[in-house]
Amino acid sequence: MLKISGVPSNKDIDQVFPSQERLEKGPVVIVECFETIPCNPCYTACHAGGIQAFKDITDLPTIDFEKCNGCTMCISSCPGLAIMVIDYSYHKDYVKMMIPYEFYPLPKEGEWIKGLDRRGAEVVKVKVLSVKNTKYQDKTQVITIAVPKAHYKKIRNIEAGDSNAKS
Amino acid sequence: MIHTDILIIGGGPSGLCAAIAAAKSGAEVMLVERSQYFGGQLVKQTHMFFGSEKQYAATRGFDIGKKLVEEVKNSDNIKIFHSTTALGIYEDGVVTLEQKFESEEIYLKVQAKSLIVTTGALEKSLPFPNNDLPGIYGAGAVQTLMNEYLVKPGKRVLMVGAGNIGLIISYQLLQAGVEVAGIIDASPRIGGYLVHASKIRRSGVPIFTGYTIVKAEGTDHLEKATIAKVDQHWKPIPGTEKEMNVDVMCISVGLTPSSAFFWQGGCEMEYVRELGGYVPKRNRYLRTTVGNIYVAGDSAGIEEASSAMVEGSIAGLAASHDLGFVYEGYNREIEELLQELEGLRGGEKGIHIRRGYNKVGF
Repeated sequence: MLKISGVPSNKDIDQVFPSQERLEKGPVVIVECFETIPCNPCYTACHAGGIQAFKDITDLPTIDFEKCNGCTMCISSCPGLAIMVIDYSYHKDYVKMMIPYEFYPLPKEGEWIKGLDRRGAEVVKVKVLSVKNTKYQDKTQVITIAVPKAHYKKIRNIEAGDSNAKS
Repeated sequence: MIHTDILIIGGGPSGLCAAIAAAKSGAEVMLVERSQYFGGQLVKQTHMFFGSEKQYAATRGFDIGKKLVEEVKNSDNIKIFHSTTALGIYEDGVVTLEQKFESEEIYLKVQAKSLIVTTGALEKSLPFPNNDLPGIYGAGAVQTLMNEYLVKPGKRVLMVGAGNIGLIISYQLLQAGVEVAGIIDASPRIGGYLVHASKIRRSGVPIFTGYTIVKAEGTDHLEKATIAKVDQHWKPIPGTEKEMNVDVMCISVGLTPSSAFFWQGGCEMEYVRELGGYVPKRNRYLRTTVGNIYVAGDSAGIEEASSAMVEGSIAGLAASHDLGFVYEGYNREIEELLQELEGLRGGEKGIHIRRGYNKVGF
């Protein structure tokens, strides 16, 4: 499926998610990297030891979910925009998600916007908690959103404003 | 007649790296570039690069270009010539150049001890009815319009080709506020990096693998494109046609190495499908069968900019070393670069390219 349409299967997604037990402990990284391409900036960006050293530059990243503290430093470092951080412990009804975003206009804090799935279809409205856009992010902004728990595993993107206003 | 140790033709990522590497040992380097600016395709690359820190991974392409140009300009050993087209290599090794200077064109002759050819690649095209309608562009043209001239190519685009270039430009079109109606590719699988494909897909752009373009229609510009599924012989299957209302079609079906200088210089050539076409045979230090001509980057075989930069550094170091310039770190550095290159070509995605390179060594 992934190689034909660009959409990872549920099985693919399950493979890169930590256990429910770990999710409930607090923020943790999800790396949707399924192909052995020559790339390792996620490892270079990680100072917590969560993303393990690469033997070969074409290895897939291996994650030590116990060491990952969900710091988000790796999100903007991934050229494939494949990384997000999830905090399942954030609220009883909502999961906090930190995702990379490279479109203008940027969403505004407090705004409710469309939460999109891995096909770009709207799933549910999500609330923007913050927009991180410092020099370190280098225009790959990190958007923090609150997502209703029932839908969090489907959400992978957002649509801010109307698409015609993107220019 | 201009005399220099090393003449480098092409100021893209591999040419810039070759110049920096060659100048380190004290060789006198002349770098010529047809365009007004240096950096080649890097100038138009707004996305972050893959690879490792050594190849500026996670840095945006145009920022890498700026860094390399800065380094070249800071070197006393490198003379740079922009707006200068290399015209040919003559039997005595003289290379002729045409330099545009204000409204004049100046003809120059260069006698270099060695030559590094980093001329990059040419875009392939596709034959189909009405493929000459305005609105149908090569991928490079769309990127130039958008990222260099800041002009939107149109309102709604059909991307033909799901390799890295097709995927990256689709994403850049979305970022520029242009709608991408879909990406098609005759191959049954996405050719480019899946992370690129996934990020475009989750922005709502469908990817149709196993589809080809059947025809384009429109009165004075593109208005409609018809696509269809292909069978196992890559022929359109009747009855599977889909019509798409688009005013732009972007053809991104691959590149072929720009090889004219190697033919003219008398290098032994080989047709290698995996590398995109005819390429010169070369040893591991990128020296061709003509002892003083070196090759690097896409003109050596179609690959990524990261490996083009590493190849440029290898060719630059080797060319100055072979001329007798002594650089203390030579052995260590060149081995490290060769290892980097091997690393970049590792993994599943590198199988194709490794097979290609096995055919061109000597």
